[in-house]
Amino acid sequence: MSDMKAGSNLEKVLKAGHFAFTGECGPPKGANVEHLKEKVAHLKGMVDSVNVTDNQTAVVRMSSWAASAIMVQEGVEPNFQMVCRDRNRLAMMSDILGVYAMGIRNMLCLSGDHQRFGNHPQAKNVYDIDSIQLIAMVKMMRDEGQFMNGEEIDESPRLFIGAASNPFADPFEYRVHRLAKKIAAGADFIQTQCIYNMDKFRDFMKMAVDMGLHEKCYILAGVTPMKSVGMARYMAKSVPGMDVPESLIKRLKDAGKGKVAEEGIKFALEQIEEFKEMEGVAGVHLMAIEWEHRVPEIAERAGVLPRPEV
Amino acid sequence: MIVADRKPIQEILEMVKDCKKVLIVGCKGCVTVCNVGGSKEVGVLAATLKIAFKKEEISIEMDEKTLERQCDPEYVDQLKDMVDDYDGIISMACGVGPQFLSAAYPEQRFFPAVNTTFFGGAVGHGIWEERCAGCGTCVIHYFDGMCPIARCSKSLLNGPCGGSADGKCEISKDLECIWDMIVRKKMEHGRIDDLLEMKPAKDWQTARDGGPRKSVREELANE
Repeated sequence: MSDMKAGSNLEKVLKAGHFAFTGECGPPKGANVEHLKEKVAHLKGMVDSVNVTDNQTAVVRMSSWAASAIMVQEGVEPNFQMVCRDRNRLAMMSDILGVYAMGIRNMLCLSGDHQRFGNHPQAKNVYDIDSIQLIAMVKMMRDEGQFMNGEEIDESPRLFIGAASNPFADPFEYRVHRLAKKIAAGADFIQTQCIYNMDKFRDFMKMAVDMGLHEKCYILAGVTPMKSVGMARYMAKSVPGMDVPESLIKRLKDAGKGKVAEEGIKFALEQIEEFKEMEGVAGVHLMAIEWEHRVPEIAERAGVLPRPEV
Repeated sequence: MIVADRKPIQEILEMVKDCKKVLIVGCKGCVTVCNVGGSKEVGVLAATLKIAFKKEEISIEMDEKTLERQCDPEYVDQLKDMVDDYDGIISMACGVGPQFLSAAYPEQRFFPAVNTTFFGGAVGHGIWEERCAGCGTCVIHYFDGMCPIARCSKSLLNGPCGGSADGKCEISKDLECIWDMIVRKKMEHGRIDDLLEMKPAKDWQTARDGGPRKSVREELANE
């Protein structure tokens, strides 16, 4: 175990060479702990760790660290997300120490959606540091035992460091370099943006594999099952950096009334099957948005159960 | 230059509605260049206010004056013989102007007629864009003449975020993603390697984050 960076379940699963399967859970828009516990219960035993989003889409919710700590109490391993939009480096470092103290062992470093999208567009946007600098900062705290200013930390936070990659944002040719930069900064694992354009993702992974990035870092492919044609259209049109091919929208539409969600799940399952075989892909990150109760079924049908005990 | 937009007329009206005699002071600096606070705009504002007051049956006397600059005591001094003749003075300069005027004439009240927006330039007739955030440590040479501090919505220093699509920023389809432009220029010129090394976190002490700033040039200050 001495070669473990943080010793989280996710790290152990990946290090043991298993195909990882992670989930996601948004904290409540309020202090409704029971609702959070209920959502988390659906994911227990179904995934290796659960991403806890940090004011996603710039909408205020229960803090990701508090929701992560509740998850630890519930016996589900969280992957604590932190965005650069809301905190300066002081707040970030203190929260990093705080989450570690609360038993959290995974952390995902993100830029964050601009507050203009959210429910407080009047807010000041912080961006003291960017996501890549955040990765480097967490690594420095963990491996050098130092704060950003070089001062010594009294007991460093041992966190398994994650980062995001969006192969579908522009400029496409640069995306693999940005991934490489995140890995060089200290990312131990990557979770990609939701994938719908499989051709483009294959190209992206080929570039990543050619650069040997999959040997330096675990890459988890992002999957979000489409629940409806409306959701597919919304994602295609209104979510920046999201690539939803027209063929998928047509496939969902053709499924007919009452059968769209099942078709969405079928597409996700086909994707997961392909990812299991795809060179350089170490697992799947399933973002079943407000669909936590469907995760057991999806995991079962994807053949990823039972999750490995490591 | 410093770019500004004129405040809505109603807001200016509210500021001076209790005054009987008002002076509108323009500035021949940046706000003249960006067509918001020069002598021409002083005239337009005076005429507009007169009409608006007349509509509300308020009688008000208005004079006009435009200074070389409002950010320089030498020119601010030119108001000294007239400043007491008014109940209030509207400044059409950037945010610096009304403050220099207030400091020079503490007995008088000064009202800003413009909202100072950014450091930028004209990109077309009647269109100005932000170019500089005044962070105090210029880095544009690393980014082929484009500043991500001022022009990226998240001031990112290490490449475009996941929201960059079709050359546009995630916050608006009307806004170019400066990182898209930087990356493409670097690629075109064979300098993409410049973007592979991580740029470390910025030291914001030279920016506004370090507190209000002051620039002292010894050779001039000691003259």
